[in-house]
Amino acid sequence: MAYSDKVLDHYNNPRNVGSLDKNDPNVGTGMVGAPECGDVMKLQLKVNPETGIIEDAKFKTFGCGSAIASSSLATEMLKGKTVEQALEIKNTAIVQELSLPPVKIHCSVLAEDAIKAAIADYKKKQSALQASQPVSK
Amino acid sequence: MKMPIYLDNHATTPMDPRVLDAMLPYFTEKFGNAASRNHVFGWQAEEAVEKARKQIADLIGATSKEIIFTSGATESNNLAIKGVAEMYAEKGNHIITVATEHKAVLDTCKHLEKNGYRVTYLPVRQDGLVDLDMLRGAITDKTILVSVMYANNEIGVVQPIAEIGKIVKERGVLFHTDAVQAIGKIPVNVIRDNIDLMSLTAHKLYGPKGVGALYVRRKNPRVQLTAQMDGGGHERGMRSGTLNVPGIVGFGKACEICQQEMPEESVRLKALRDRLKDKLLAELDEVYINGSMESRLPHNLNMSFAYVEGESLLMGINDVAVSSGSACTSATLEPSYVLKALGAGDDLAHSSIRFGIGRFNTEEEIDYVANRVVEVVRKLRELSPLYEMVKEGVDLSKVQWTTH
Repeated sequence: MAYSDKVLDHYNNPRNVGSLDKNDPNVGTGMVGAPECGDVMKLQLKVNPETGIIEDAKFKTFGCGSAIASSSLATEMLKGKTVEQALEIKNTAIVQELSLPPVKIHCSVLAEDAIKAAIADYKKKQSALQASQPVSK
Repeated sequence: MKMPIYLDNHATTPMDPRVLDAMLPYFTEKFGNAASRNHVFGWQAEEAVEKARKQIADLIGATSKEIIFTSGATESNNLAIKGVAEMYAEKGNHIITVATEHKAVLDTCKHLEKNGYRVTYLPVRQDGLVDLDMLRGAITDKTILVSVMYANNEIGVVQPIAEIGKIVKERGVLFHTDAVQAIGKIPVNVIRDNIDLMSLTAHKLYGPKGVGALYVRRKNPRVQLTAQMDGGGHERGMRSGTLNVPGIVGFGKACEICQQEMPEESVRLKALRDRLKDKLLAELDEVYINGSMESRLPHNLNMSFAYVEGESLLMGINDVAVSSGSACTSATLEPSYVLKALGAGDDLAHSSIRFGIGRFNTEEEIDYVANRVVEVVRKLRELSPLYEMVKEGVDLSKVQWTTH
């Protein structure tokens, strides 16, 4: 199968590879997929508590080139967005940007799932944090 | 060094220039139909076909009359299995084969199951080999055919064919083997191994594509087959159709070269294979060899690079032609059923690479490939959340994954 230039670019020069501190309350971590299915994506985002804007995002992916490219692109899309804006990111935008063929659409779905999982983790941490803090009058 | 490097010689082999030279006259000036009995054009073609038949028979310890030409091993497997099933239907309706066979055998057996035949698919041990006691236990009074491949196309393991042949013969059952990966690479002898039917193809031994053969034993026992195509009754009535004379000439020449060069060539290939294996094992951790290393073709290496997905690895070594058992590289989007049959887990199937070394590969190429694989595996492990987790001490088997 031939890969699109954009997939090749993200594969050869993946953006934002790495890990953020998963114990940081401003960091949300999403891990989706399974080794026996051939793809696992870990996507992390860090929200600036002052502005509510995602200021950093990192990924690590076990998967095919399209899965690596989808998650690499997802981290780029996340940066600079608010959490609510990030929830609007759809897999179809990834498909379009990377020109993914039909057999690789599941890679983009996995990337969307990873974004949603990371945001859910972030929100869970934030609500736990608020619950543990004294209520100001 | 000429790029890209071809290391996928289990899929197909490049044609040897000596084979091409032998074939060329039979496309143009010697174009006759081998079945034309009353002019020189026909005689020339027939003579060339008979020479090739002898060259092929010599390589496997058979006689010329036992070689039936076909279009390739898929047809040979179909003809052997369906042909026996139909011919011996009164004797029984049970066939035994193995879970790791090529699809041309497995799907032929599935076809027969729809027509009322019963098929036993023997599992393999973790080393990819058939358990002989399990085979003995599977044979019944209704068994008419046992079909076990000589060497596997993915993991290169060589089945204990001589032992299987002996067991099967003692029970009065016919024995078929798909030998496409073994022929010309390791010594194969139909008498020594008690083989009754054997599928062969030219393009895996530096011959042309589109020509194959089925060895059909004529003595002790005389094997009969129901033809699967109606027509002019060529090839002792077992396979009608005008013979592919240039292809057959090439097939014969390819067999002759293999027979002459096998003793030195198999030693050379094994040295290259072991060089590749040793380099990869020395440079990388968590690399696993799939299938028996003791009973294996000299030119095959199948390895899993844990925590790295096969297709992404192929993408990284894009100047090297190899193949992977990963789901993403298959048409079905399922990981290799051969590797799954070893029971090692789907994750290792996704991470597997098959290297098939051939006649035209050099030590320089092997070293280049080893370095490229090491480089790309390291890079992809930096990207792999699984590798990171394992390094942090996480037991991946205990993680709750979101299976999709």
